[in-house]
Amino acid sequence: MGGYGLYVWGSFGCGLAVLVWNVVAPKLARRELLRQMTETE
Amino acid sequence: MASWTWFHRLASPPSFFRLADRLAPWFGLLAAALLAYGWIDGLFFAPEDYQQKDAYRIIYVHVPAAALSLSLYMGMAVAAFVALVWRMKLAEAAIIAIAPVGASFTALALVTGMLWGKPMWGAYWVWDARLTSELVLLFLYFGVIGLWQAFEDPRAAARACALLAIVGVINVPIVKYSVDWWNSLHQGSTILKMGKPSITAAMAWPLFASLIGAYLLSGYVILRRLQNELLLRERGTAWVRELLGASRV
Amino acid sequence: MRALAAVFRRELRLALRSRMDWLLPLLFFVMVVMLFGLGARPKDPALAGFAPSVLWVGALLSMLLTLDRLFRSDYEDGTLEQLCLAEAPLTATIAAKLLAHWFLTGLPLVLLAAPLATALQLPDAGLAPLVIGLALGTPVLSLVGGFAAALTVALPRAGLLLPLLVLPLLAPVVIFGAGAVRAALEGLDAGAPLYFLAAVLVLCLTLVPWAAAAALRNAFE
Repeated sequence: MGGYGLYVWGSFGCGLAVLVWNVVAPKLARRELLRQMTETE
Repeated sequence: MASWTWFHRLASPPSFFRLADRLAPWFGLLAAALLAYGWIDGLFFAPEDYQQKDAYRIIYVHVPAAALSLSLYMGMAVAAFVALVWRMKLAEAAIIAIAPVGASFTALALVTGMLWGKPMWGAYWVWDARLTSELVLLFLYFGVIGLWQAFEDPRAAARACALLAIVGVINVPIVKYSVDWWNSLHQGSTILKMGKPSITAAMAWPLFASLIGAYLLSGYVILRRLQNELLLRERGTAWVRELLGASRV
Repeated sequence: MRALAAVFRRELRLALRSRMDWLLPLLFFVMVVMLFGLGARPKDPALAGFAPSVLWVGALLSMLLTLDRLFRSDYEDGTLEQLCLAEAPLTATIAAKLLAHWFLTGLPLVLLAAPLATALQLPDAGLAPLVIGLALGTPVLSLVGGFAAALTVALPRAGLLLPLLVLPLLAPVVIFGAGAVRAALEGLDAGAPLYFLAAVLVLCLTLVPWAAAAALRNAFE
């Protein structure tokens, strides 16, 4: 990356982290929600 | 009136929930494909910029994040307006479904901007118009999220957040123009220049792909978050029970 | 109009009874500026450069101290509910309340700013834009702060949330206000940022009472 590796890979790494968080967080929330709702019923 | 019935049917929680279930996978798949192409092509195959060398590749993360941070705030403000005027449940849920997604992309735009700024301007941070308004935008998102969490009643929370989002939407352009007087280091927009584009096709295709991919991905995430919000608000109603019964089998 | 004047008078009478409530923020403002001066090297010429932003941020923070109480006592003793139900429009009542708030907390800050600025070695050229800017900007602080206070009036721990809601909304005011002083110090025309501050004030005057009224009604639904 011509000496810019740290910045470029850092950016893509952060980008990937944000994408993964966005996808995973609602999935976990859904699981937790469903668990709570079936328990209280 | 008849032409509006489809809208009401769509906006009712159970039918929207089912629609979201059908749409979300397509959004997710297309987003994954476009982002994968855009980023891999952008990282390894797109030609090197003659001025910025390889550092320009940050554009494939930075521009989609920055575009989304503003678009999502606008989307949130529109949802806020609809929630206030028509008291639509779906719009109320949309405010809080959008806010965390928008905040995450705003933070990403700031971090990648800093990582891009260091090799190009020699500083991680400068107090210029775009950076500052992006930072204020992040705080506005945090404000909406914080306000939401402070309320117990979701409807009161939604209306309070809606008011804040709308006041905030007036604030952002004012911040932007207030700092514009200070000489802006930020480069002009790369893609949207009128006339001939300042970027070659080999660089532009992965950029468009990652831009559209990021929009589709946030669409997917917002649909999923909306579903969660609807489940939470409508717990105890017949359609949620039915759904719970089905998922247990 | 009569109702407006009555609300305004009531606010002032209440303030006379509890003097500490509006004297302490002023004291806080003076102390922030003093500590900043003490923290710098004696006779540091750089101090004057920071004076505009120190004074503006100090004013902002001391206004912030008063916001939590703005509607809270009225909310707790039921006055606010009466005001919501009263014949006089709620927007007008809120405008009167916020005007009284500015009169008690904003105006003293404006008057204090000039002596404090000279203590920070701000050159005389910067004094007029500073005071005019504060005179235009502190009402905006009262208005925007009042909106945030109205949003959080029913919340038990609003004090923690208020800075997060208010400060980003007030970024333009600080930018224009401190910018006007800096422009004057550099020998440029301070008019443009001051006009912008005036425009922001007019915008807030027209929008905030309605937004705050909607926020208060929300608290009672």
